[in-house]
Amino acid sequence: MVVIQRVVKATTRKGKKVLLKKEPQVVEGPKKALFFQGRRSSEKLRRLAKDLYDLKKPEAQMLNKKNDITIFENATPVEAFCKKYESSLFVMSSHSKKRPDNLVIGRMFNYSLLDMVELHVEAAEFMKDFACSKIALGTKPCLVFNGPAWEETEVLKHLKSLFIDMFHREEVNSVRLQGLEHTISFTATPEGKILIRSYKVMMKKSGCRVPRVELEEMGPRIDLTLRRSKLPSEDLMKEALRKPKELKVSKKKNISVDGLGTTHGRIHVGKQEINKIQTRKMKGLKKTTDEKKLKRAAKRTTDNNNVNNKVKKQKLG
Amino acid sequence: MDVVKTILEKSAKEAEKYKSVEVNKLVSIDLGALLAEDLNPLDPGALRSSTNDYLLNLTRDNTQLLFNQIWELPTERIDEAIVAKLPKQKFCLPRFKPVPRPRPLTKWEQFAKAKGIVKKKKSKLSWDEQLQKWIPLYGFKRSAALKEKDWLIEVPQNADPLEDQFAKKVEAKSEKVAKNELQRLRNVAKAKNVKVPRFGLTNPEVSSAKDLQAAVTVAKSSTASLGKFQDKLPKEKEARGVAAITPGATRKRKLPPISGQNEKNQNLNLVDEVLNKRPKINIEKAVARQINDEQAQRSDEKNRTGRKKGLRKSGGGKKPKNTNRPRKGKAAGGRKRR
Repeated sequence: MVVIQRVVKATTRKGKKVLLKKEPQVVEGPKKALFFQGRRSSEKLRRLAKDLYDLKKPEAQMLNKKNDITIFENATPVEAFCKKYESSLFVMSSHSKKRPDNLVIGRMFNYSLLDMVELHVEAAEFMKDFACSKIALGTKPCLVFNGPAWEETEVLKHLKSLFIDMFHREEVNSVRLQGLEHTISFTATPEGKILIRSYKVMMKKSGCRVPRVELEEMGPRIDLTLRRSKLPSEDLMKEALRKPKELKVSKKKNISVDGLGTTHGRIHVGKQEINKIQTRKMKGLKKTTDEKKLKRAAKRTTDNNNVNNKVKKQKLG
Repeated sequence: MDVVKTILEKSAKEAEKYKSVEVNKLVSIDLGALLAEDLNPLDPGALRSSTNDYLLNLTRDNTQLLFNQIWELPTERIDEAIVAKLPKQKFCLPRFKPVPRPRPLTKWEQFAKAKGIVKKKKSKLSWDEQLQKWIPLYGFKRSAALKEKDWLIEVPQNADPLEDQFAKKVEAKSEKVAKNELQRLRNVAKAKNVKVPRFGLTNPEVSSAKDLQAAVTVAKSSTASLGKFQDKLPKEKEARGVAAITPGATRKRKLPPISGQNEKNQNLNLVDEVLNKRPKINIEKAVARQINDEQAQRSDEKNRTGRKKGLRKSGGGKKPKNTNRPRKGKAAGGRKRR
């Protein structure tokens, strides 16, 4: 006898809450990132992963064990990891003879791989190497992309999206002006290198309202080159970019704003019959008794005619 | 005038002291994401010789541009901190999970919607005349009250007097609960698009002719000899697609040939079959067509000769084909009568 598959039902209130939280939401919170190693990792990569983890921190999870994963051959273990830790982004570091100092950055959609890019870490200097005060935890950074190459190839476009996804933290509707203290710059050079620099922002007096921006390098300083990549199909990307109906702003009709910033509303008024409008009464426009009599007589004749016509019709019928 | 001059000079001197915040460059800025994209070409010489300094200056300029725009946004004071209101983010990022879909209606909800049945609110307590107290709608107090109420059950007239009516009631209740649970699971499975295995014929109302045939086929093969000695009705057909739930049945599907020779033979046979095909002759149809053709020919000839006669008689007027037919003559007769 075949038995129906058991459907997981929470037994406690807390468990129910957890399950509900895992279901798709209209407004999603910040994306979590998962940092883990492949078969082998180098000292450089370990320190780099630590730095990236520190930059991403409250929404990040670091795994320390080594994993026998070759992600471009089989991504299922990574998908399982990401499902377990409820994280959308992942950073895998691996080091092998064939591909030394390998960093894979990718993301998930609906617990399956959306896209990933493999990068070679050519050179890296870490946060500890820079003698400079660091930023507060959880600061939203300003992201600066330099170079025309970012718009040229499909891989770099996706990589840009990945970097923004990784570091922008969360969509916010307001920001504290004094809290803007971190800038990350991503530069794509014509030779195909990607240079990541991270700066602490210092606001100096400028004599006007806007402060003069001065930067101080804070680290990490990373030079990367592209290796393999896996990009999503168009349909999948479209599905992933879909906006929920609730968040779409519908255009309000009949409201307009003019050049001076005044809002005008247009309302619907029924068609006006100008002939029947009661205007101002004046003695001069009043009808005389003769006119009234004439009008009445005219009306009577027309009525009679109508009656006669009806009678005729009846006879004919 | 001197005072004004001095003040102006002073302010100019002060302005000189500070570095300017002006940057003349075209950079696309997404304020919602605090994102600046500088697509201007890089300076290859500076990039090679003094990479880090060049990048620092470049990023400083772009950040300054971003800050200039942020400082123009409307601000607000919240707990002694100045907060700028950001517009919506323009850069689209993919979601982590798909857009949530509304929960599909359960079977009962669908039915209720179609029939316009609205859920009525029941009061949590109801007055019981027999017990003379308020009993709740559910919970342990209700079950206690019901136990108190039904301490005696009448044995139905034609029931076995030794049967335990209390046990029967308990069983009926548990059956009801099980049925409800099954239906709930079915609704959940439907909502999650999970295939539910069949349970045979559950209900005569929902079973179709196809289901009946499947049931007959399965039942027939459910003997010790796997239905080998079961009789067949004159035009009985076996149900299809039930091999999985029929004992001893295997799917009738030919495996593709394994050896090359075998495959070659099969393909040659297929080619022969196609090439040696002769058109089928439908004799009845052919005869009917032949007769039709002959008739058409004959009538054609007749017409030709008839037209010649008509020409001589009427001298060129166009006349209907069959003037001598009685039907046409009727109308002419009518005219005569008038």
